[in-house]
Order: sequence, then structure tokens, then C-alpha cells
Amino acid sequence: MTLVKSTLGRRAFIRNTGLAGGGLVLGFSFFNSCKPKVAEAVGMELEMPKEWFEINGYLKIGDNGVVTIMSPNPEIGQNVRTSMPMIVADELEIDWKNVVVEQAPLNTNLYSWQVAGGSRSISSSWQNLRMAGATARQMLKEAAAKAWQVPASEITAIAGVLSHEASGNTAGYGDMASAAAQLEVPEQVELKEITDFSIIGTTRKNVDGKKIVTGKPLFGLDVQREGMLIAGLVHPPAFGKRLKSFNADAAMGMPGIKEVFSLKLYEDDFDKMAFHFTAFNEVLVVVGESTWQVFQAKKAIEVEWEDAPDVTQKMSMFGNQMEVKHPAGMENSEGHMSKLKELIARNAKVARKDGNPEKAFKNAAKIVERSYSCPFLAHNTMEPMNFFAHVTEDHAELLGPTQTPEWMEPAVAERLGLPLEKVDIQMTRQGGGFGRRLYGHFMVEVAAISQRMKAPVKLVYTREDDMTQGIYRPAYYATYRAALDADNNLIGFHVRAGGIPESPLFANRFPAGAIDNYLAEDFTVDTNITTGAFRAPRSNFIAGAEQSFLDELAEEMGKDPIDFRLELLKRAEENPVGNPESNDYDASRYAGVLELVREKANWGQNQEGIHRGVSAYFCHQSYVAQVLDIVMEGDKPVVEKVTAAIDCGIVVNPGAAANLSEGGAVDGIGHAMYSGLTFKDGSAEQTNFDRYRLIRHAEAPKAIETHFVKNDIDPTGMGEPPFPPIMGALANALYKATGRRYYNQPFITDKPPLVG
Amino acid sequence: MATFNLKINGKTQTVDVDGATPMLWVLRDHLQMVGTKFGCGIAQCGACTVHLGDNAVRSCQLPVSAVGEQEITTIEGLSEHGDHPVQKAWLEVDVPQCGYCQAGQIMTASALLKHNPNPTDDEIASAMHGNICRCGTYTRIKKAVKIAAENNS
Repeated sequence: MTLVKSTLGRRAFIRNTGLAGGGLVLGFSFFNSCKPKVAEAVGMELEMPKEWFEINGYLKIGDNGVVTIMSPNPEIGQNVRTSMPMIVADELEIDWKNVVVEQAPLNTNLYSWQVAGGSRSISSSWQNLRMAGATARQMLKEAAAKAWQVPASEITAIAGVLSHEASGNTAGYGDMASAAAQLEVPEQVELKEITDFSIIGTTRKNVDGKKIVTGKPLFGLDVQREGMLIAGLVHPPAFGKRLKSFNADAAMGMPGIKEVFSLKLYEDDFDKMAFHFTAFNEVLVVVGESTWQVFQAKKAIEVEWEDAPDVTQKMSMFGNQMEVKHPAGMENSEGHMSKLKELIARNAKVARKDGNPEKAFKNAAKIVERSYSCPFLAHNTMEPMNFFAHVTEDHAELLGPTQTPEWMEPAVAERLGLPLEKVDIQMTRQGGGFGRRLYGHFMVEVAAISQRMKAPVKLVYTREDDMTQGIYRPAYYATYRAALDADNNLIGFHVRAGGIPESPLFANRFPAGAIDNYLAEDFTVDTNITTGAFRAPRSNFIAGAEQSFLDELAEEMGKDPIDFRLELLKRAEENPVGNPESNDYDASRYAGVLELVREKANWGQNQEGIHRGVSAYFCHQSYVAQVLDIVMEGDKPVVEKVTAAIDCGIVVNPGAAANLSEGGAVDGIGHAMYSGLTFKDGSAEQTNFDRYRLIRHAEAPKAIETHFVKNDIDPTGMGEPPFPPIMGALANALYKATGRRYYNQPFITDKPPLVG
Repeated sequence: MATFNLKINGKTQTVDVDGATPMLWVLRDHLQMVGTKFGCGIAQCGACTVHLGDNAVRSCQLPVSAVGEQEITTIEGLSEHGDHPVQKAWLEVDVPQCGYCQAGQIMTASALLKHNPNPTDDEIASAMHGNICRCGTYTRIKKAVKIAAENNS
């Protein structure tokens, strides 16, 4: 065992043994129902205890030995509601079948990083979750030691049973829970050895599986309350437009409609965090009795829009002040592309320079230069934006899907004029996140609407509202150049990357550190189209571009693409260029996933009719390599198989992690191949799934296989890393299959067009 | 507003709504049956799939006035105890990520198996084409449909 100092805040151990049936940490239930007598634990029904004893903020133990474990983070499909409690349960030493999982509310005193972002849920709470379980185990042992008058060190705890071999005493956790809850929190706790994990590292099925397949209310959109009204919004039809005037007479006369009004979300001087941002600060609101009535009434409002002026938004990001310029005017996709091509040379700024790249390119026998691009993307979570609020004079209750409850709480409090402690935010299961729900303006909107209506309100966006509201994945553009000497050796490397409005460049990632003469530059283009984080921000383009370029370069140099990458990584590991500290990645782990995928995919054994592409990338502290196989059915490329190798440290729940790997591959193939949002006169040209193409069943790989590197490194990111590299593997396999390179996403519209 | 007597999951339900109201919203807002999901509102994503008789239909494009005597089955009524072969297969494969589209996927898959108990991979892909999964669980869905077909035969 590893002895560690308990670093859980003292407030994580506020205990409340006097209260039966809930304690301090209250879960929420739909339809205002009472706490059920029987709860569903991991797919089966469990008898609930008569009394709960709260040991710490992460868990409570029932008098019958059933354990409730709080899942602190937002669940967006990354399966933290299963994986986070697994970590607590393992250290607690409880049989998984006796565990009930509850979604924790936002509580910044008890939990840290209640955010679904940066693939950090597991990694940022790993120690706290382990400590919560280990501390409770220790307290149970101490309670038993007291009762049996034996040293705690002689007591074992296995699968919810405490035993003292010498005296023959045994007791269940439920028997000792009351006494344990009275004890002082130990100063130090013993964590298990990694080799002793019995739940971590084993596949446990989604704790909500049964509810999902039977259609139980789980999601924000499913929230129903007595007297609840429905609200819908109407925002300007184009970026660069704002509200001038409106006439709601017709809408007000429609059945079920209560009120139509304009809503200004933030005051001009409000000190915004980047995640509070909304493209349209003034919108029209329709409130009515039912969703369909509200959707119909929205169409009946007569609105006049006007051109908005240049706007400079001041906002902060984790304490750093920044200014974002939104120039006036209606933008077009053609204009975007020509601006990117025009400004790439003029505005590029050096982000990293090693050696003498200018000289290397001057002396080169051959220069390979290629440019890559991708369009804006909408997140398109399957569950459109929505949120519930019930605001009274001195309290606000919010419930729904958000990736950032902690960061949105101050904005809600400020808008309502309530102190922070009067705002309670709880999270539902969420129908996808992908970064979209990091930006919770809809929470502030619904809170303001509920306050005005003096009623509980659920705000519901239509798909069109959702797809045209902004916060898109930026459009990016990059040019790669490589200098080769007369012997075909790589002597210089140059990347120049930019985007609207941010650059996708990671100057210190591979191949930085592996090439003597290296230059990385970036540039940006202002826009009034709003953008935000989208699954693996920036990596989600630059990985595919870089990995396509390396593939082309390997071919030019007459090398196997995996061997070529491994040679570069060997250089970066053994004799890194520049200050080794400045290279973001671990070259040996990077090489590790390439070697693993080479072995598992039988790379090098060419099979008739199978065209393969490889790619590898590092982001969110994890390493992913993928091999993608294409077969041609007539002139249509079909993805036959994806083989992935992943190093994300200790894998908490391998089945769930494999699901994310599969989803990342499908998501990456889909967006690189089919998806894109284009603009005409400031308006998105795709407003729903009839014109916005998302990958569908027949276009998904026929098989996806995932292999994890086994090591003892604390867990790193898993939700995002499998997404970016597959775009490179796809482009590289398409080249093998069709004989041409694809540079511009979505590949389906790259010229000449692909069939399919 | 008009009164409609609807046969849903073996029971008769009476609602008083505008006849143009899509079944999706009758189910969700008026009958508090929220298992059927809203995704796009234009029959392009499949999240709102229910059975009308034996056929999978998009309830967002099905006006309540068009239902008449036809029997509607929703995810809540697919089986009494959540043990329809398709639901069991979904749990066995542990299909869902976010889970939002899965009710619609299950309703399409169960209608497919009613008409075609042993579909090929291509038939599965073709029948499921109208159901988007944004998380990308397609390979698991295909596996689950095949298991359900095997267990059902």
C-alpha cells in the first residue's frame, strides 16, 4: 500500500449522521418524485437501506451495506458516471453490485474541476476519488477496531466485509457505517497498490444502460415540473445582424402563448468569462404552455433586423484578460478562404524556431510544399441546447445539461442579482457535449426568463436555433514545407498555420524537437462568426494536416510511413533539438503506440484490395496511433477497419474507453469526410441535418479494434485523443485507394469530387 | 383544439390538442412520455422514432390527427420489463455513449427485425440509415442488432 497524506479538503468531510435518507448531498429526481425505496444499482434493483451514513462528500453507506457514490462531473457520453465511481469503489473495497451512483450537484466546496472539458475528468479527480474511497475504508476499519478492541492494522476489508482473523470477528460495512461516520477523518490514508486494483482496469457497463434502453427520463430535455412553462428564442438570422424592432401581435394571439419579449442577456460592462459568451446578446423570447406551440409562435413574430457595428468583446479566460474583435459585415465562405490564403504569408508570426530553417530551405535540393484546410463545424449534439430554471425572489434552481456548471454559476448569479450561494445548479445526463455545452449562455437565458415569468421554465432550442447560433469549430488553414537535400534527407521543416479566428498551431508538439532546422508560425483572421472549443480543439485539424504531410514526405523520401515517424521520434528521444523541456510530448510513449499499432494491424503485410493509412498524434496527455483500411467498392471507398493503439495511462474502464476510441474514429472520419458549415451573407447555409451531413451507419467503419498500452502511469485524457489522428489515417488510406491526396475537408467535396 | 383517443403501448390515451401537433410533442409534453427524443424536427435524425403499427416512423413528422386507430408503440412500451431482445442486446454490447439517440435506434432496429428477422450487414446499415448517432456507436449498434436477431431466431 502507498501511504499518502489526505489532501481532501476538510469540507469534503462534513458529516450529517442525524439525517436519514439523504444526508447533506442531495441528488435530484425527475417529476419531483420522492426518493425511491428501491434503486437501480448497476443494472439490477437493490433494496435501499433504512438509514444512510455519510462518510464524506463522495460516498454514503447504508445500514444494509449498500453504498451510494457521487459522480461529481458532467456526463456527456464519456461514461464518467460509471468510471469515476469505479475508482472510489475500488479503494473503498466494495462489491460493484452493491453500488448506487448519484449525480452530484455543483458544489465547489466538495469537488474540484466539475467540468467536462479538456479530457480531464478522470485525471484531475484521480487522487481525490481514490482518497475518498481509501479514507472511508480506513474509517470503517477504525470503527471495527474500536468495537472489537483490536488494532485497526490487523483488520482486513474485502468486498464490503471487515474481518479480524485472530478474534474471528467479521462485520459488513453497513454494520460499522454509523460508528465510522462519527470518527475523525484520518490524517493519512493508505492507497492500494495498482496491482491490487479489482474494479479499476475491468470493464463495467454503463450504470444508466437500463434506463437508456427503456426510455426513462434522464436528459435535460426530459425535465418536467408542475406549472412549468416552455420558452423558445429567436436570434438574428445572420452574424453581423442585431434586433431592430418586432411585432408580436400575431404570435401573442396563438394558442398557449403567454408572453413574447426581447431579452438583453448581459449588461455591456459585465465582466465576462469566455465561456459566458453568446453571439447574440439580444434575442426575442416566446413563452408558452407547450413546446410545439412555442415553436409555431416563433415563426409568427414579425422582426426587423439591422446591421450590427464593429464590436470588441472584453472577456477573461482563467484570469487572463483578452479582447475579441467582431468586425461588422456579413461574411461568406469564399471570402474566408481567400482571406486565409492572403493573410497566411502577410500575418504569420514566429512561434518557434530551431537551427537555421531559412538556410536549409535555400540549400535544399527539393522542397515539398502542401496546404490543407477545413471548414467551420457545428457541434450538433443530438440533444439540442436546453435548460430548466426556477427562479424565485431569493433563490434560483437550475437543472440541465452543462459541461461547465462551475464557470456558469457566477454569470447566472450576476444576471439574476442573487448572491452565488442562492444559485443551485444540478446536472442531468447530457445528450452529447463535444465542447458545445462549455458555453452555457442558455443557462443565463433561462434563468432570466424564469425570473421575469415568476415561474419554472424550460428553454428549448430547435435544431435550427442550435446550428445557427455560433460557437463553431473555427475554419483552419495550414501550409507545410519540407526541405530535402540531394540524398533525400530531411534538412528543414516549416509549418505556417492559421484560422478564423484562432490558429491551430501547437509549435512544440511533434515533429518539433526531431528536426534540426524547424520553423513554426501562426496567424489569425478576425470574424464576427463566433467559435469555441470543439472536441480536441485545434488538434482536430492540425493532426490530420500534419499526419497527411508526413505521409507524403515519407513517400517522397522512399520510407515506410511508420519507420519514418519512428526515426524522427528516436531523434527526439535521444538527441532532442532545442531545449528538451520545450517539447510537449514524450517521444518514447509516442513511438510506443506506433509500434503497438504496427504489430496489431499486421502493418507491412499487404493484402490484395486493402488500402491502408496510418496516423499518430499526441493530445490531452495521451497518445493514439491508428491504421485505417479502405476497400474500393466500384468507385466508392469503404472503411473496412480501424485498428487503434492508445496510451492513456491506467485504463479505468477498458470497455468504456474502447467505446470512446470507436466513437472518436467514427466522429473523425465523419467530419473529415462529410461535414462542413458554409456561410452566405453572414448566415449558415446548413441549418438542419437535411443539408448538414453527419456520418451515418453505412459510412462508419465495418470494424474498429482498440489496443491499450499497459503501464502504471496515472490516467490521462481519453475523450478527445482518438478523434484528431484518424483524419490523417483516412486521408492517407484514401490516397492509397484512389491515387490522389485529399487536402481540403470535407474530402467528399474536395475537387475532383469523391463518389459516395 | 380537438380531442384524440390514441392507442399507445396497449392503452387508450386521450389528449386535447391542435390536430397538427406532431406525435413527438403529444408524447413528450402532453403524456409525459419523454423516452421518444427530439433531435431535428424534420425526420432527418431518427431520435423520435416510434412504431405506427409494425412500422418505424418519425414521430416529429406525424401529426396527431393522422394517427386514427393505428397502434403506437414507444420505447416505454417496447417491452414490459425492458427485456425485448433488442434492448437486451443493447445492454449486452453496452452500446450507448451519451445515450440520447438510442431509443430511436432501438425502435428502428426492432421494427427491422419484425419485418426481417435475419438481416445482413448491408440490410442493417440500410434500415438504420435514418438514425444518426453523433457519438459514433454505429459498430456497436450493428453488433447488437445481429445479437438480437440471433437470440430471437
